[in-house]
Amino acid sequence: MGYDPKNPMEGRITDLGPRSYTEMLPPVIAANKGKWDYHEILAPGILLHVSETGAECYTVRVGSPRLVSIEYVRELCDIADKHCEGYLRFTTRNNVEFMVDSKDKCDALVEELKGRETKLPIGGTGASVTNIVHTQGWVHCHTPATDASGPVKAVMDDLFEYFGSMTLPAQVRIALACCLNMCGAVHASDIAILGVHRKPPMIDHSRITGVCELPLAIASCPLGAVKPAKAEVNGEEIKTVKVNADRCMFCGNCYTMCPAMPLADPEGDGIAILVGGKVSNAKSAPKFSKLVIPFLPNNAPRWPETVEAVRKIVEVYAKDANKYERLGEWAERIGWEKFFEKCEIPFTDKSIDDYRLAYDTWRTSTQFKYTNATDAYTK
Amino acid sequence: MAKHDTPLLDELENGPWPSFVTDMKRQAETHPECWDILGQLELSFKDRITHWKHGGIVGVFGYGGGIVGRYSDKPEKFPGVEHFHTVRIAQPSGLYYSTKNLRALMDLWDKYGSGMTNMHGSTGDMILLGTRTENLEPLFWDLTHDLEQDLGGSGSNLRTPSCCLGESRCEWSCYDAQDVCYHLTMHYQDEIHRPAFPYKFKFKFSGCPNDCVASIARSDFALIGTWKDDIQMDQAAVKEYIAGNYPANGGAHAGRDWGPFDIKKEVLDLCPTNCMWMEGDELKIDNSECTRCMHCINVMPRALKPGKEKGATVCIGAKAPILDGAQFATMVIPFIEVSKDNEYENLIDVIEQVWDWWMEVGKNRERVGETMQRIGLPTFLKVMEVDAMPQHVKEPRSNPYVFWKEEEVEGGWERDVEEFRKKHAA
Repeated sequence: MGYDPKNPMEGRITDLGPRSYTEMLPPVIAANKGKWDYHEILAPGILLHVSETGAECYTVRVGSPRLVSIEYVRELCDIADKHCEGYLRFTTRNNVEFMVDSKDKCDALVEELKGRETKLPIGGTGASVTNIVHTQGWVHCHTPATDASGPVKAVMDDLFEYFGSMTLPAQVRIALACCLNMCGAVHASDIAILGVHRKPPMIDHSRITGVCELPLAIASCPLGAVKPAKAEVNGEEIKTVKVNADRCMFCGNCYTMCPAMPLADPEGDGIAILVGGKVSNAKSAPKFSKLVIPFLPNNAPRWPETVEAVRKIVEVYAKDANKYERLGEWAERIGWEKFFEKCEIPFTDKSIDDYRLAYDTWRTSTQFKYTNATDAYTK
Repeated sequence: MAKHDTPLLDELENGPWPSFVTDMKRQAETHPECWDILGQLELSFKDRITHWKHGGIVGVFGYGGGIVGRYSDKPEKFPGVEHFHTVRIAQPSGLYYSTKNLRALMDLWDKYGSGMTNMHGSTGDMILLGTRTENLEPLFWDLTHDLEQDLGGSGSNLRTPSCCLGESRCEWSCYDAQDVCYHLTMHYQDEIHRPAFPYKFKFKFSGCPNDCVASIARSDFALIGTWKDDIQMDQAAVKEYIAGNYPANGGAHAGRDWGPFDIKKEVLDLCPTNCMWMEGDELKIDNSECTRCMHCINVMPRALKPGKEKGATVCIGAKAPILDGAQFATMVIPFIEVSKDNEYENLIDVIEQVWDWWMEVGKNRERVGETMQRIGLPTFLKVMEVDAMPQHVKEPRSNPYVFWKEEEVEGGWERDVEEFRKKHAA
């Protein structure tokens, strides 16, 4: 018996929830849960956890593109069946982790991963650039201002040396969100790659009556730029909306609420770079990422401007920051004016906040450092 | 479905990072609709714009979430992705899988879907990417009957809760994040599947202040492990670190020569409260000054551990920028016990206190953090029945505009202006 479309409610089961995590744990994990004593990173991508009982868990971390096929997942299962007693896990940053309970098994596992035709790069631990958390982009989303998997692939290709090594002052967390909705929550990342729109929505008067609730569309605008209006469609006057383009901040919230207000555009859309965010409470409090490059074009398939900008920031940070210093901690220590100078990023008024709570970020003291920006002014 | 030329996407088969294009081409051999995914994506790369239509409400009977509708705006050209709905599968806590379960899920998707997935979505669900409307009910039937598992959340409901891996493989976890996550996910199945909230609501559970699941940045209700008593110290292990016998930070910096370990430079001087010092070769901590940031523990995991009196801090109201700007979660309850023994009843009480208030006063599409901003933290603390304390703020307010309540002012607000005028001529 299976689903019967004639009796859709017959035999229906609901609200089962996920399978219990207790069924999913590798034996060494299940046996030592709550008893772990310490851990060590033996090599990039290879972790050792030691239990109070003396038991050891070796973990091998592998980068994945997140957008993966069932054939790929089955291949991961083949590896886990062969080496890991039929268990594996994923990390919150889209890496895959294989766990075994001895050094010998770990060596065999690493050999296997390196020998596969499918690329299974080992790394993403410690002071590295680990996998990029990202969204759907043009592969699946209806509101993106850029692609996700494409730029991620291009950036990770370029930063690949940093995935498989631990040479940076601290971990560098990169995230990509393909529009301002930020499904990828890039707002607290060391480096955020963010899809942005720059053209106000168009109004599709011929469709708006059928697909939008006008009061919701009007209320959706945080700046009150969407107003009621009238238009003529096929000789008939209809109720619609208009947009005060001067007040638009291109957030796209109106399009989310009203499909007759599309704003995506090949020239208008692109990428902004924000830096210096962190989630962890270690040393300094969690920080938001700050906008340092307001716009880079969507140059598919390899987004060279974005790749170059990210590499430049990573390299200057790697050279200049102290051990343990996260990117945002470094930028705050040297001062943001020095960050722009060192990274050779031209500062523009787009980086000065003029939205809500903006004043909190304005400098209200005479304490600043002289940089190329002040030189340019005093000249 | 025919193969399309994809000169732009083919460029993404080069380079050392694994290529989703190569993977998708392999999958297309048995799932030809993958050719149409590639074809439409190639067109987007050429046109530099998405080719997915706006929205589309689809789902399974009785649920208001778990499926996200998606349609191509070029169905005649790419019939394989005419319907391309997403199915969210609630993930097991900590993202561990048996290959038995993972293979069963892949077989299910082989039968009903495009062959492509996301491992995992941003909120934590397993994402099955791309199927047709008519497949949804049969897929749900097999998922519930054969695999005995369920969809995750979408829309204005409780989103699928997620957690770090907690005690399962981490020595720092101050509570069993996986178990709390699983228990509350099961407890709130109705809230996950049937939208009744002003907007989405997310739970995230992190075992310690390192917050590997980004709960403080991403969840409306963040439970972050912490402790009340002293950091546990092993002085012998401290000496091993100083002698260079144990790698600092668990070996996280091993790829570069940073010189020998310097406890003053790497631990004492980086402590945000300067509450650590050396007395001879003994490490001392003034625990009353400690803010439990984790740095010293991160650097010397074999010498230092969180205290024994463990629990969690509750932070409420994080969200991404849409619309008023990004918010971190605000610290509301400094310490709460987290125990399996009472089936997390005290956490459930706190959660429902938030929901009861937010469901009443929250506006449509207003995250709880925005409601807190609009109504104010003092009022929210009253709702939560938590007395205001200095820990609730970074600093006291600098403006004097206090919203005094009438009952707080001697004699109340009712006054007689005629009586006033008898003493004070206008």
